[in-house]
Amino acid sequence: MTEQTSALAVLSVDRAAPLSAIPELGFEDFGRAIRARIEAGLRVSALFGLSAGPERSARGEKRGDGRVELYVVIADDEQNRLLAGKTSVEGEGFPSLSLSCPQLQLFEREIAEQFGIVPRGHPWMKRVRYHRSWTGRDAWNRAPAAPLLPGVGDFYRVEGEGVHEVAVGPVHAGVIEPGHFRFQCHGEEVFHLEIALGYQHRGVERAMLGGPTKRSLHYAETLAGDTTIAHASAYCQIVETLASCRMSARAEALRGVALELERLANHVGDLGALAGDSGFLPTMSFCGRIRGDFLNLTALLCGNRFGRGMVLPGGVNFDLDEGRAEELLRRLAMAERETAVAVNLLWDTPSVMARFEDTGLLPLEAARELGIVGLAARASGLGRDLRRDQPSGIYRFAQIPVSTYDSGDVFARAYVRWLEIQQSLVFIREQIENLPQGPDASTPGPLATDSIAVSLDEGWRGEVCHVALTDGSGRFARYKVVDPSFHNWPALAYALRGQEISDFPLCNKSFNLSYCGHDL
Amino acid sequence: MIKAFVARMKQGHRTIRYPAGPPPELPDRFRGRPLFDAAVCPAGCRVCAEACPTGALGRGEGFEVDLGRCLFCTDCANACPAGAITYSRDYRLSVRERKDLVIVDRGEELRLAAALGAELRRLFGRSLKLRQVSAGGCNACEADVNVLGTIGWDLGRFGIQMVASPRHADGLLVTGPVTKNMELALKKTYDAVPGPKIVIAAGSCAISGGPYADHEETGNGVGALLPVDLFVPGCPPHPLTILDGLLRLVGAVGGRG
Repeated sequence: MTEQTSALAVLSVDRAAPLSAIPELGFEDFGRAIRARIEAGLRVSALFGLSAGPERSARGEKRGDGRVELYVVIADDEQNRLLAGKTSVEGEGFPSLSLSCPQLQLFEREIAEQFGIVPRGHPWMKRVRYHRSWTGRDAWNRAPAAPLLPGVGDFYRVEGEGVHEVAVGPVHAGVIEPGHFRFQCHGEEVFHLEIALGYQHRGVERAMLGGPTKRSLHYAETLAGDTTIAHASAYCQIVETLASCRMSARAEALRGVALELERLANHVGDLGALAGDSGFLPTMSFCGRIRGDFLNLTALLCGNRFGRGMVLPGGVNFDLDEGRAEELLRRLAMAERETAVAVNLLWDTPSVMARFEDTGLLPLEAARELGIVGLAARASGLGRDLRRDQPSGIYRFAQIPVSTYDSGDVFARAYVRWLEIQQSLVFIREQIENLPQGPDASTPGPLATDSIAVSLDEGWRGEVCHVALTDGSGRFARYKVVDPSFHNWPALAYALRGQEISDFPLCNKSFNLSYCGHDL
Repeated sequence: MIKAFVARMKQGHRTIRYPAGPPPELPDRFRGRPLFDAAVCPAGCRVCAEACPTGALGRGEGFEVDLGRCLFCTDCANACPAGAITYSRDYRLSVRERKDLVIVDRGEELRLAAALGAELRRLFGRSLKLRQVSAGGCNACEADVNVLGTIGWDLGRFGIQMVASPRHADGLLVTGPVTKNMELALKKTYDAVPGPKIVIAAGSCAISGGPYADHEETGNGVGALLPVDLFVPGCPPHPLTILDGLLRLVGAVGGRG
């Protein structure tokens, strides 16, 4: 282990590093280093390409030799640090690592789609977002003008007597984002679910190149609308880290308050929706309304229910004056009481518990192998929480106990939400009652050149990871975004195995993953 | 069971009284229709227009703002050295024509949405079923459309309802800039709605592409693909803004009300 540890650079979320500090490994060593870390229980936060060709155009540099550099960022939670390395892929492709490291499968497909290089031997080499590659090469050898047909292609199929296929989407029955779901069923039982996404692809990573621009922060705010604060904060941390900009303790605390309010609104909304999907209308209607009360607290803070405009590089855009703090605490206490009543009804209602328990199982081992993050991981007994494991901002000073449960079913994912709601309420109250004095924002200067910065935030779904590489003039040569949903969609597919298809809405809601966060 | 009854009784009646009573109070920092005061501007200053991420703000003789592109962010106001730009709490923003979202100078009134014509109003005035399609929306517009179905807003009391099938719908409510990957699905959904039908574009993405305007991977809103009957600006529009637009369309609210 020590030998391999020395092969990767050690990074942290609050410091940028020069790109030259990232060791370049031969592909075999690169693969071996990743595999060893995963076997030791670490996880890959990001694996992405950087083209030596057109991507570097922001710098005016044209190497154009078709080489693609692959970067990996591995989270070492126990040691509270990050490990990074890179390798270089020449020619048509590289040997896939997915068979031995399943959590890499989607990263490798993404690299294939973006750069046109093939992870050879990949067990399921399908497109991820259905867009043209950035390099002009195509990993599937399609003609450059061939139409992009999202959701079209081979799906895993089960053949046999009585086996049938159910196709749903992209346009679903509810007010919800688009995605395509293909179930292989035998009667009511689901043998296999395959999820095809990409309908929401807006080209964010490509648009971030050459930034920061006037739109960069707004891309971050709209990467996944219900995760505005977490993504905007992750972007701002990248800028602050690269600009060595120190934020006041007050601004850090206010960002934490906004992030926990975001968690509260979403968790309460999800518990209501889970009640609805199990036919228990009281909690559904109570929580549907209380969710709005939490959104309105964010609006009290910054004018927008989703926190648009709250966070900006260097701090926060809105301060919390004393009167406003009082009002916030008053309404928070009211919402807290009402949430407790609404949510506790769930655990006392046998018809709800019968639907929640033993439904949509995600065992601990599967969660670990698939690299699952956030509340879904914690509900399978995996104690992963960036607020403890890789703390930044206010979380370096104010600890939030990690809430876990070990049954890995819909109940666990509901119950962990309830535990986290209670922790977030305590945190917000503590922060507001002890708000340090200081400016609400400072102005970051130019970004460090030829550097790498990583930011990690525990959004309400889980790990929000941004990685930026700058070029010689301090512009983004690569900006990688990994939304928690990118890690977690395979967990939903896994959890559906052997379930009744009628339990799909319930299982789906228990993860409540983002389509646009995945599609970028 | 008894706990559920007690909880229900404590819950009481939570539906807002609007439009019979006043609308719910919006927070003081709410960013509704922006206001401009050219009188305080330093001569030749254009920093607000230059700060705008979507090019929604023009600065010539006076101010020209396109509420269809505006993200209602604070970039222009923060950049302004003279405090010429503020946001009002006016949530009424919906219009029937795209061009009506472009306002020149502060004095001009927004031409708020008029009700549907007599025939459509006869058909939809008391029962309007909409199919929502997210075509690259970030789930903020979608979430605040969804909110209208909760007990606080109770959209159903106006005869307006979101339905599962386009076959059951009288129209579409579209969010998102219309990604290339959703074009076909959106078109098919529209075609599946029996006529006569209406289209509502909710949010700056659906109206103009929003922050994704001019991306290769997206269109610049739904207008390029389908005829739009109602534009609801915002990023995302507040539920009250959406409700106001819908009620104007069916004629339940009118004038400056």
